[in-house]
Amino acid sequence: MNITEKLLAKAGGKPSVAPGDIVFANVDKVMIHDVSGPGVIKVFDKLKKEGIISVEKLWDPSKVWVAEDHFVPSAEKISAENIMKLSKFTKQYGIEKHFKYGMGQYGICHTLSHEEALVLPGEIYVGGDSHTNTTGALGAFACGLGHTDVAYVLLNGKIWFKVPETLYFKLNGKLPENVMAKDFILKIIGDVGNDGAAYAAMQFGGSGVSEMSVESRLTLCNMTTEAGAKNGIVEPDQKLFDYLAARGAGNYTPVYGDKDAQYEKVYEYEASELEPLVAKPYSPENIAVVRDVSGIELDKSYIGSCTGAKYEDLEAVAKILKGRKVKIRTEILPAAISIYKRAMENGLLKIFLDAGVTVGPPTCGACCGAHMGVLAKDEICISTTNRNFPGRMGHVESQTYLSSPLVAAASAVTGKITDPRDL
Amino acid sequence: MAGKVIKYERDNIDTDVILPGTYLKLHDYDEIAKHATEGIDPNFHARVKKGDFIVAGKNFGCGSSREHAPIALSHCGITAVLALSFARIFYRNAVDGAFLLPIEIDETAYKKISENDQLEINTQKNEIKNLTKNEVYSMKPFSDIISKIIAAGGLFKYKPD
Repeated sequence: MNITEKLLAKAGGKPSVAPGDIVFANVDKVMIHDVSGPGVIKVFDKLKKEGIISVEKLWDPSKVWVAEDHFVPSAEKISAENIMKLSKFTKQYGIEKHFKYGMGQYGICHTLSHEEALVLPGEIYVGGDSHTNTTGALGAFACGLGHTDVAYVLLNGKIWFKVPETLYFKLNGKLPENVMAKDFILKIIGDVGNDGAAYAAMQFGGSGVSEMSVESRLTLCNMTTEAGAKNGIVEPDQKLFDYLAARGAGNYTPVYGDKDAQYEKVYEYEASELEPLVAKPYSPENIAVVRDVSGIELDKSYIGSCTGAKYEDLEAVAKILKGRKVKIRTEILPAAISIYKRAMENGLLKIFLDAGVTVGPPTCGACCGAHMGVLAKDEICISTTNRNFPGRMGHVESQTYLSSPLVAAASAVTGKITDPRDL
Repeated sequence: MAGKVIKYERDNIDTDVILPGTYLKLHDYDEIAKHATEGIDPNFHARVKKGDFIVAGKNFGCGSSREHAPIALSHCGITAVLALSFARIFYRNAVDGAFLLPIEIDETAYKKISENDQLEINTQKNEIKNLTKNEVYSMKPFSDIISKIIAAGGLFKYKPD
C-alpha cells in the first residue's frame, strides 16, 4: 500500500485497502472557520429540530480547532455576526483551540495547521475548506469537506471515504533559482487539467521534493485541490520532523508507504526544465510560460493566502522588492500573525513599506472575493493565490493571473507580467 | 422526478460562479438561493422553477468546499444536476446533505438534451426520458454507498452496515 492507502486502512481499522474501497475512517483532527463554522451550526440547528441525533456534545472537543480567516477583520455586519456565532459555539462545546483575530496568533486555517503543528504525521485530518489538502505535506491524510460532513465528524468522530487512486509526481533534481514550488504545481495542473486528479490522491516525491522546504511542499499539496484531488501528500522525512520539533511537536507515529506501493500513474519531471509560469484567466489549468506573456499590463499585485503568503513566500518577495519601488498597487497579507511577526523582526516589513506596498492583516480577504482588495470590472491582477475562475477575486469580468511570489513581486516592480530572471 | 432543463454548455462550472465568495457570509438558505449561479446567469433565480434540472459539462462544482453551492441550487428548486462529471466535494455535499441528485450522463445525452426540454428521471432504472424529444438516455448508476445515502435521505439518516 502507498501512504494514503495505509493511512486510510489504519483509520478504518482494516488490514489493507485498495482504491475504490469504502472506509469509515476515524478522524484525528477537525477544523472549521468563519464560513464553514456557521454552516455547521446551521446543520446542528436542523438536526436538533428534526431530532435525528443529539447535538448536545461533540465527540471530542480537544481534537477540534477553529480559525477566523475568510471575512476578518469583520468585513461588515453579517460577517461580524458570524464571528460572534463562532465564539458562542466554541464556548458552548468547550473547544479551546479558537484562534481569534486581535488576540495573538490567528491566521488562515491551513497556515495555522502547520505554523502551530495542529496536524501531525500519520493523522486523518478533515476541514471545512477545500484547501485542507495543504496539510498533507505534514504526512497526514488531509481532506476538505462540506458543512454536513464536518458536522457528522464533529458528532461521530468518523466519516466515510472512498479510497482514492494515487497519482505520483516525481521531481528529479533541485528547482533552479527563481523557480518555486508554485511553478511546479502550476505546471502539473496545466498538464493534468482541472479535473486531472479528480477523486484521486496526488503524492509528491523524488529528490526535488526531498530538497524542498516543508513550506514549499505545503504549496504543492495546497493546489492539488485545483486538479480535483481528494488529498495531496508527501511522505514524512527528517526535514518535516525538524520543522515540527521547532513548533513543539514530537509525539506522533509517522506512516510511510510500502516499498512495493502501487500508483495509478507516475509522472516524472526534471527540475532543471521548469521555469516561471502563470495561470491565465479564467482557470488554474490555463498555464503559460511567464516569458511568453511578459509585458501584459497589470493594475495590481496581490501577495496573500494560504498558497502564497507563508514566511518563505514573503522572503522571496522581499528579495525582489529590496531597494525597489512598486509601480502598481501591491498588497501583502502575511498568512498568520506568527509570519507577520517574523517578517517584522527580520526587516521584511520595512522592505515592503519602503517599496510602497500596503501590508494588511492575515485574512483570506480578496483571494476568495470576500473583502480587502477585491477586484473591479476589467481590473487585472497578478496573485500568489490559488484560483482564478470568473469572479473569484471580485467582479466577474476582473482578471487574475496566478503566479509564484517571485513573479508577483517582479511584476509589481515593472507593472507588467515579469519573469524575475528578467528584472 | 420530472422537470424542465436549464442547460449550461460548458465545463468546470465552479463554486465561485454557482455562489460567489462574497455571499459565503450568508447562512439563510433562501437568501443564498437568490444569488445562485449569479456568476454566469444573473437571471437564473428569476427563471428557475421548482423541479427543474441543470444540465452541464464536465467537472461541475469544482473549486471550493462551500456547501452553499448545492444549497443555493436546491433552494431555488433544482432537484438534480446532470453533468458529464462532478468535482468531488460538490458531489459529496449534494448527496450527504440530501440537497439534490448529482447524475452523471454520457456525451450523447449531454449533446441531445436542449434548454427547456422536459425530462423524466428514473433512478431505479438509471433512465432519463426526454419527453420533449421522445428519447431515452442512460445515466451512470450511483455507487452502492451513494445509493444507500440517497435512499436514507442524507448522511445523518444513513446507518452504515
